[in-house]
Amino acid sequence: MSATFKDFRNNVKPNWCPGCGDFSVQASIQRAAANLSLTPETLTIISGIGCSGRISGYINAYGLHGIHGRALPIAQGVKMGNRDMTVIAAGGDGDGFAIGLGHTIHAIRRNIDITYIVMDNQIYGLTKGQTSPRSAEGFQTKSTPAGSIESSLSVMQMALTAGATFVAQGFSSEVKDLTSLIEQGIQHKGFSLINVFSPCVTYNKINTYDWFKENLIKLSEIDGYHPSNRIMAMETLMKHNDLVMGIIYQDKEKYSYQELLNGYSKEPLAYSRLNLGRETFDNLVAEFM
Amino acid sequence: MVKRLAWKVGGQQGEGIESTGEIFAKALYRLGYHLYGYRHFSSRIKGGHTNNNIRVSTEKVRSISDEIDILIAFDQETIDVNFDDLRQDGIIIADAKFKPANPNESKAKLYAVPFTKIAADLGTSLMKNMVAVGASSAAMGIPLEYFHPIVEELFGRKGEKIVESNIRAIEQGADYFNREAGGRIEELALAPGDGRQRMYMIGNDAIALGAIAAGVRLMSAYPITPASEIMEYLIEKLPKFGGTVIQTEDEMAAATMAIGANYSGVRAFTASAGPGLSLMTESIGLSGMTETPLVIVDTQRGGPSTGLPTKQEQSDIMAMIYGTHGDIPKVVLAPSTVEEAFYDMVEAFNIADEYQCPVIVLSDLQLSLGKQSVDPFNYDKIDIRRGKLIIDDSLPELEKKGSFKRYEDTIDGVSPRTIPGTRNGLHHVTGVEHNEAGKPSEAASNRKIQMDKRLRKLNSLKFDNPVHTNTKHENPDLLLIGTGSTRGAIEEAMTKLANDGVSVNHAHIRLLHPFPAEEMSPLIEKARQVVVVEHNATGQLESLVKLNVGGRDKMSSILKYDGNPFKPLEVYNQCKGVVYHVSHV
Repeated sequence: MSATFKDFRNNVKPNWCPGCGDFSVQASIQRAAANLSLTPETLTIISGIGCSGRISGYINAYGLHGIHGRALPIAQGVKMGNRDMTVIAAGGDGDGFAIGLGHTIHAIRRNIDITYIVMDNQIYGLTKGQTSPRSAEGFQTKSTPAGSIESSLSVMQMALTAGATFVAQGFSSEVKDLTSLIEQGIQHKGFSLINVFSPCVTYNKINTYDWFKENLIKLSEIDGYHPSNRIMAMETLMKHNDLVMGIIYQDKEKYSYQELLNGYSKEPLAYSRLNLGRETFDNLVAEFM
Repeated sequence: MVKRLAWKVGGQQGEGIESTGEIFAKALYRLGYHLYGYRHFSSRIKGGHTNNNIRVSTEKVRSISDEIDILIAFDQETIDVNFDDLRQDGIIIADAKFKPANPNESKAKLYAVPFTKIAADLGTSLMKNMVAVGASSAAMGIPLEYFHPIVEELFGRKGEKIVESNIRAIEQGADYFNREAGGRIEELALAPGDGRQRMYMIGNDAIALGAIAAGVRLMSAYPITPASEIMEYLIEKLPKFGGTVIQTEDEMAAATMAIGANYSGVRAFTASAGPGLSLMTESIGLSGMTETPLVIVDTQRGGPSTGLPTKQEQSDIMAMIYGTHGDIPKVVLAPSTVEEAFYDMVEAFNIADEYQCPVIVLSDLQLSLGKQSVDPFNYDKIDIRRGKLIIDDSLPELEKKGSFKRYEDTIDGVSPRTIPGTRNGLHHVTGVEHNEAGKPSEAASNRKIQMDKRLRKLNSLKFDNPVHTNTKHENPDLLLIGTGSTRGAIEEAMTKLANDGVSVNHAHIRLLHPFPAEEMSPLIEKARQVVVVEHNATGQLESLVKLNVGGRDKMSSILKYDGNPFKPLEVYNQCKGVVYHVSHV
């Protein structure tokens, strides 16, 4: 019996502000999971800290709400321990691109088969409105009253240069497209990064729903755009200041970490028989004699 | 004939000093001697003085020696740095090539043997270490045929010719010493070994092998001295069991990845040293709060900060017990021998699973890198226990979604644990305070229930022999307390003190946290004086004993924090001071 959208709902009421973009991300994950016929037991969501980090608690699936910035290493550990599990990591732009940026780059390089969804609102919400690495130059926040003098990090371009095999960008208002991106990310064999513009209605009065609607371009509407072309992907991002939606780049040929790993068990390690057996053990001991 | 002998080889780092020691040691432990090897090295790859110190004994030996009997020198610096440690009648065998000079103050006799020339005449000067092995074997009267199979193992792959010339290098080294120096020296002749076959390994080998025996399939780690050998061994071995080592981008990733893997149900761990442990502190808190098993090995080295990366110290004790914000249950084990390191690793994973908490295995550089001979580990002593883990589909259907009580408030505080994939065991895990079902909750009443539940778990902790004791005396003059690798030096000092008529007991603490106060209390109470022997500057272990047991008025400590391991005489001399002082007050 395949699961439905409802199976991924639990009875927990999110503590997000009314109108928060994260509601749509939550719904998109739930729909994508149902569309792919996952069951709550075979989906694990690992989230970081911040408003968006609460998302693992709002979806009926296995989930771990961890430490600020460390959702990715935890998620990679889960996937390595159980290769049959569908693993999604999720968090905010502070989580993934400030405190956890090192992990983000290396998760991209490592290419373990998990999906990372970033709810990017260009601000720190839970700590009540400080600048983020995604805030635009000149953006005024509590921590940058005179406007930010640091550059905004172009995470999509960064992902491409780090060797990403799946780079996509979505928007909370486009739930259908976002659901499709998440489905494709989950199906991608390797690490998939999906950055989602998820407006903060309380602290970000610049990058609002209307602002994104006005500025975002759908890649599907660009003539001749093909996500297998990395040069085109980079040019397009630079040309449109990263404000694009859709799959920016996908390498369907590259093997995932698990596929390349020598000796890696075909069965989930979580179900390994732990006893070595006497003969095997004694052979290991004899190597030191 | 002597029962114990200390042999040391020294030269420039990268010159083959380590392999010289290896070959020498291998022949001796196969003859059934007990061995203890300790390397002095620097935080660089080429150059800088290095030496390999090997004690050979007919009885168990676990400490570096007070004096050297035979010093093999590949350069003058080796003589200048080490001659002070040579005993009366000790010998120096040095390469004639550098025209070795014996310092005026030296008590030892110097023999110059043309290591390099003999080796070069046989084909390559690289074999100078073989010539040195031959010469020292002649001095000790060890038959050369014992080296044949070892040379075969080492160079067999490179062909018969290489094997042959290496054997000849050993022979010619011995011939030269027999001819020019008079051959076997009676004071250096070892009584025969017992012929029993033992393992010869460093503590890190034992830790890594212990992890495999415990069922580990994943290690996530970041390279660091002196822990890297653990990951290096497992990189080779884990793929044979379907697992792997992942070299992470930093130690925060190493520890959190291990948490993720443990959460998924596999036994996983990480290993590091002080600087890495500092970065892992947040993960230790997450493991404690979410009740996810986590084993971390800390191979202590000289701190603080980068400190003394290649030197011995035991200064992470307090950080390992108390490090992380907030209150969590945690277990800190401190093995003192290679054997304990192996079995304690297996137990660390059992405790982590049974009590669902972080377990730190606290090693130190001397234990991690010191090489000991040890009886082969026993498969029958390996017991794997996973506590309240449920991985099959035996759970009843839930009445309501999300109602599985992962954090059920049980009598012993330990709750049932399921892993992703388990039917009817679905739950949420969070580092935020949570209720029995794992949902965030800030309610005061819930907070108290969950905190008490977590901290209650360790009340039922069972750990066999948390203190290794040697308590022959009912009311000893002195109780010596130590932890980790100081055990050998303390044991030897004790023997010397006993010879002087001082009654000494010894308590070596293997479980640092929760502190075994019940076991330690009577030992301290009955002793006239208590001396804590430890490798740090602030007396961390002594503070811990005072905090948990008391005994302030009769307690003092012997501290060493210059980077070098205790020698038995150093412990002995300072103990004599304490005993003398007390008996004359």
